[in-house]
Amino acid sequence: METGKIRKRIALNRFRDHLFWIIGLLSTLIGFVLLFTLIIDLFIDGFPRLTLQFFLSYPSRFPEKAGILSAWVGTILVMIVTAATAVPLGIAAGIYLEEYGKKNWLTHLIEINMNNLAGVPSIIYGLLALAFFVYFLKFGESILTGGLTLGLLILPMVVIATRESIRAIPNSIREASYALGATKWQTIKDHILPYSFGGILTGVIIGLSRAIGETAPIITVGALTFIAFLPTSPISSEFPFLSFKWLMDPFTVMPIQMFNWISRPQTAFHINAAAAGIVLLLLTLLMNGFAIYMRYRFRKRIKW
Amino acid sequence: MVIIGAMDMRQIPEGLKAEVKGLNFYYNDVQALKKVDLQIAEKKITALIGPSGCGKTTYLRCFNRMHDLYPGNRYEGEIILYPDRLNIISPKIDPIEVRMRISMVFQKPNPFPKTVFENVAYGLRVRGENRKHFLEEKVEKALKQSALWKEVKDRIHDLAFNLSGGQQQRLCIARALATDPEILLFDEPTSALDPTATSKIEELIMQLKKEVTIIIVTHNMQQAARVSDYTAFMYLGEIIEFDKTDKVFTHPSIRLTEEYITGRFG
Repeated sequence: METGKIRKRIALNRFRDHLFWIIGLLSTLIGFVLLFTLIIDLFIDGFPRLTLQFFLSYPSRFPEKAGILSAWVGTILVMIVTAATAVPLGIAAGIYLEEYGKKNWLTHLIEINMNNLAGVPSIIYGLLALAFFVYFLKFGESILTGGLTLGLLILPMVVIATRESIRAIPNSIREASYALGATKWQTIKDHILPYSFGGILTGVIIGLSRAIGETAPIITVGALTFIAFLPTSPISSEFPFLSFKWLMDPFTVMPIQMFNWISRPQTAFHINAAAAGIVLLLLTLLMNGFAIYMRYRFRKRIKW
Repeated sequence: MVIIGAMDMRQIPEGLKAEVKGLNFYYNDVQALKKVDLQIAEKKITALIGPSGCGKTTYLRCFNRMHDLYPGNRYEGEIILYPDRLNIISPKIDPIEVRMRISMVFQKPNPFPKTVFENVAYGLRVRGENRKHFLEEKVEKALKQSALWKEVKDRIHDLAFNLSGGQQQRLCIARALATDPEILLFDEPTSALDPTATSKIEELIMQLKKEVTIIIVTHNMQQAARVSDYTAFMYLGEIIEFDKTDKVFTHPSIRLTEEYITGRFG
């Protein structure tokens, strides 16, 4: 080819190159700008409402008196139950599948199901929980039911995160431990768990920050939308000073409180919903930020 | 091509630490070791040499039952450990007991992402040892034995990953020595190191034979010639020739050995 033709060809290639650059940039911007506008809008609407009174008041018929006290307390208590079930179960299952389970059709089946469970719509978990926890085990529409339901929901995420961070540990480390006469459990407790801790924690936090915003399964198991009291205090004045009565109390959570306010006709309630949305958003961002920090810290210390 | 039965398997003059009798080893259906015999002299260095895939690493890993970690592996025959005449590959013997008596240093330095101190102390901790003074003494002794003490004594509580490759490998040797093993296995311990670090490790291995019986797998023939007292040449899962190292390298009795050590194949 002579030089003129080559130059023409190059110009055409360059043009296509630029074209895709523009398409890519636009696609990125559309998503980003939309999301950003939504968040800004949320802040403009809700920020003035974020007073101490808002955090310390129960819901009310009067929007300016209403607050999120029962909602954020409910969210925290439900998250405690969720973490207490999903974390030990998920980590133990992940360790079993990676370190103990022989590679046969049964573990294969469990593995496939586990990956699919992570993608099941959350309302399905709600239906399952309604039948099992509420009716069969008679836990009622309680904090325990809510926490267990969300625990079930994020269990696959915890298992998958555990397995992935265990798999990242090179086999030579396991062999080094076994060669010194360590048993499987010694190897797991002294090496596998400490070295995969960062990854597991990241998975747990990301799971929890998903659970914190879940609405559908919580509505299905019958969380109330109007709660003007707090659950029983976990600390009591008599021996043994700890009470678990709160587990059986009715509850509401942040996203349900928001949903309740949004569905009312008065604009003032919509502002309350926006304010609650900010709190929920910040909470999620905070948790994700912590997860990123932990991952960074552990990656820096351990490089294979 | 392979000549079986022509091996010079006469009794070695020193005391025996271990004796392999008719060892077969299978990865599922694949036979990796074929009726191999070997005598391991006490407080001497025995080298296993041979081309890639000849089974020398497989052979070494029989001595501390590393194969038991993975499914589908099977041993036949005997590895007798002296003086108590224990058949260490018998299914009746717990592999953990074998690994507590026979330590191993791997091909690539594999320190734990812990401190230098905790790396060396780990074998003792596994045995339930937690007395601080005892551990400190043992760690210092092992680090001195592995010629690392001078370099790390001021940063014994630093992470082991901060050491250089050669130092990490000597740390792994210290870790293996801290539990006073009867046999120390080396699986190509210098293949991931530069020449300076390699010669340090070789010197160290020669020093160590005063205290412990050593078996070393190497693909580096000069290394075998330099450090070992006995050499076994392996090919396709069999031991072709076993003799004193200078005999194997100067007057090999089998043509295949000669061809290998003169670099005509492998």
